[in-house]
Amino acid sequence: MIHDFLAHLETLLLWGFAGCAFVSASLMLVLRQPMRVAMALVSCMVFLGGVYGLLGVHFIAAFQVLIYVGAVMVFMVYAIMLLDPRDESATAKYSKLLWPGIIGFALLAEALAVGYWNDLPHAPRGALGEPFDIARFSTAFLTEYWLHFELTSVLLLAAVVAALAVIKENRRHERG
Amino acid sequence: MDKVQMLQVLAASLFALGLTGVIIRRNVLVMLMCMELMLNGVNLSLVTFAHTMGSTVGAVLVFLIFVVATAEIAIAIPIVLLLVRRKRSLDIESYTDLKG
Repeated sequence: MIHDFLAHLETLLLWGFAGCAFVSASLMLVLRQPMRVAMALVSCMVFLGGVYGLLGVHFIAAFQVLIYVGAVMVFMVYAIMLLDPRDESATAKYSKLLWPGIIGFALLAEALAVGYWNDLPHAPRGALGEPFDIARFSTAFLTEYWLHFELTSVLLLAAVVAALAVIKENRRHERG
Repeated sequence: MDKVQMLQVLAASLFALGLTGVIIRRNVLVMLMCMELMLNGVNLSLVTFAHTMGSTVGAVLVFLIFVVATAEIAIAIPIVLLLVRRKRSLDIESYTDLKG
């Protein structure tokens, strides 16, 4: 009885989190202020973290909240706070591409949804619901995917060098 | 409609919403945030497939996407700061110097 109720609650929560994520993602397109858009994106990411948690991938849920909301979005909010008062151009919210964009959205969403509806590969049912734990993930990460790991560190190094180059360019521009 | 289908449709619609936001919005920061939304849609799709198939490949890819998103923001925000310092505007239509 109570087991049944818990299973239903899990499905209900999954649908609720998914619906809330979709609503906050749609709000991002209609809100005018950048700060409100950022808050909508933060809530979308937190709801997606809830979805990951319900799927049993707890470490990705934790990293979703820690890295995306905690680092990326805080950086974004700082940038908005730094830049927003100077922006006098907020008269028009949408660009000239509004109608082509909406038509493209409708076509893309329809194509993707129909594609998923018809030919989603049916998974081996035995594996479903078996949550992969962090031990298995870390072993795979450092034995099978070590090359990708190293390439990622090279990418991060390149990002640091590029950020320094951008700052240097800025100083040169200010001097000359 | 089962769980996996619903999550895949959600992932597809998040990606489509993000792409539409990049196309129709004018504020550069909002466009950057819509790009993050696209990455989130891809992440959701990868996690759902990894969960369905019971493999770790999807989770590894999600981690790599986290790193790429962080690096992208770390480069994009200084570039936006520089552009705003030169043009005094966040509007994408004022950056038309390369237009013929």
